[in-house]
Amino acid sequence: MSEGGAPDALLAEATAGSRRALGRLITIAESGGPSADALDRAMVGRPGPGWIVGIVGAPGVGKSTLTGRLAAGAAGGRPAEGAPRVAVIAVDPSSPLTGGAILGDRIRMQGLGDPRDVFVRSMAHRGAAGGLAGAVPIAVRVLGAVGVEVVIVETVGVGQIELEIVHVADTVIAALSAGWGDAIQASKAGLLEVADLLVVNKADRHGAADAVRDLEQMLDAGTATALGPDETWRPPVLTTVATAGTGVAELWTAATAHRAWLIATDRLARRRDDRRRHEIGRRAIDILAHEVDQRVAALGPTAAAATPEEAARRVVRQVRAGGD
Amino acid sequence: MTPDGLPIRILLAKLGFDGHDRGLKVIARSLRDAGCEVVYLGLRQTTESVVIAAEQEDVAVIGISMHNAGHLTLGPMMVQAVADAGLDIPVIIGGIVPAADVPTLKAAGIFDVLGPGTPLETVVATVHAAAAAHPGSSV
Ligand SMILES: Nc1nc2c(ncn2[C@@H]2O[C@H](COP(=O)(O)OP(=O)(O)O)[C@@H](O)[C@H]2O)c(=O)[nH]1
Ligand SMILES: [Mg+2]
Repeated sequence: MSEGGAPDALLAEATAGSRRALGRLITIAESGGPSADALDRAMVGRPGPGWIVGIVGAPGVGKSTLTGRLAAGAAGGRPAEGAPRVAVIAVDPSSPLTGGAILGDRIRMQGLGDPRDVFVRSMAHRGAAGGLAGAVPIAVRVLGAVGVEVVIVETVGVGQIELEIVHVADTVIAALSAGWGDAIQASKAGLLEVADLLVVNKADRHGAADAVRDLEQMLDAGTATALGPDETWRPPVLTTVATAGTGVAELWTAATAHRAWLIATDRLARRRDDRRRHEIGRRAIDILAHEVDQRVAALGPTAAAATPEEAARRVVRQVRAGGD
Repeated sequence: MTPDGLPIRILLAKLGFDGHDRGLKVIARSLRDAGCEVVYLGLRQTTESVVIAAEQEDVAVIGISMHNAGHLTLGPMMVQAVADAGLDIPVIIGGIVPAADVPTLKAAGIFDVLGPGTPLETVVATVHAAAAAHPGSSV
């Protein structure tokens, strides 16, 4: 296999079914910098995946178990040649102190069956700059470019990260569990705003019916205010027992219905356009932030005549002028 | 960290059907605290499932834990499976391995053997050395 920086060769190998080439491409994608840019350029004109499904929720609610089941069902085995039909990206937080991470989602994806049927990649969030909004979209483009049709992105629902999922996925499944807590917690965490579908997992446990009822009531309350007149999608609330596979087929059917709705109402293309704008905006901000940082570091003594606001405006003028 | 400033990705797994993975979890946390990204496969893996995960995850190092005295068969089998897949990924073994068997394992291509009670700094240093010895690990 070709090593390192030749994206075209790696793309061809991964399209032909090389797991190793695809693994390496994702590494390039998530490493950022010039090699990721070159890879992105090499993919211009290639199709993206047909469908990107996000699964978000608090740690421990059963996202990985559910993801394994959903992915296996969607893959339905392995194509005779080429890349698998379905891929999973499982994102976990990096330690803010050390930058390290334990990526333990794979061990919960027992329902996957044969590990060759689905391409699974664990990803660390690596902080804000290279995180979900940075690395995941390009990794998703890689998967689509080599022929993967469906990408499932699992992200842990902590703070900002969970809201970023809307900038990555076509269809967002918000997961909670009967044991984890009630719908109010899900609501506080911002899950209801990003969810196209809601799933109460661990329905084998006490409290699932209560959680479903609470969620439906919150959606009732929300319908009056949050949804405009042309909004015809109300997030369905489903229950699953991911460990046993119960309700998983129904969840997938409901998600498929959401995709059909996106297409029928012209929203799929619009969502994707919005996401691309978001990514462009994020990258523009990153570039500007870098330039600003450099110029601020190069400022002379700062306690002098100018106020911080005046000095900041001068920095902005310098950045705009592109000179000194 | 690799020379290009990215975290080292290491896969940790236990081969065979024995036991628990308490020790392996301790190692996983230490490596995370040392800045590594640890892809944790846990118990009951086969050489094949480890190789497939290593390809998909593009790890720089494979760490295998064994406690059932199967190291003389499983260790070389793991190295062979990695080589058969055309991968250039060093394999480190952790677990109870009699000192007399260590040269045999190294001769079979195992990068290093870390017994119980190996100081965590040594574990981390060995992983760094293994990653550095693996040229394909950086992009
Ligand atoms: N009782 C029960 N346990 C489940 C169910 N789904 C997952 N679990 C367990 O919940 C724990 C966390 O699951 P995991 O998929 O890792 O959750 P994640 O952190 O959201 O990805 C594991 O021990 C699973 O076996 C379920 O439907 N019922
Ligand atoms: Mg998980």
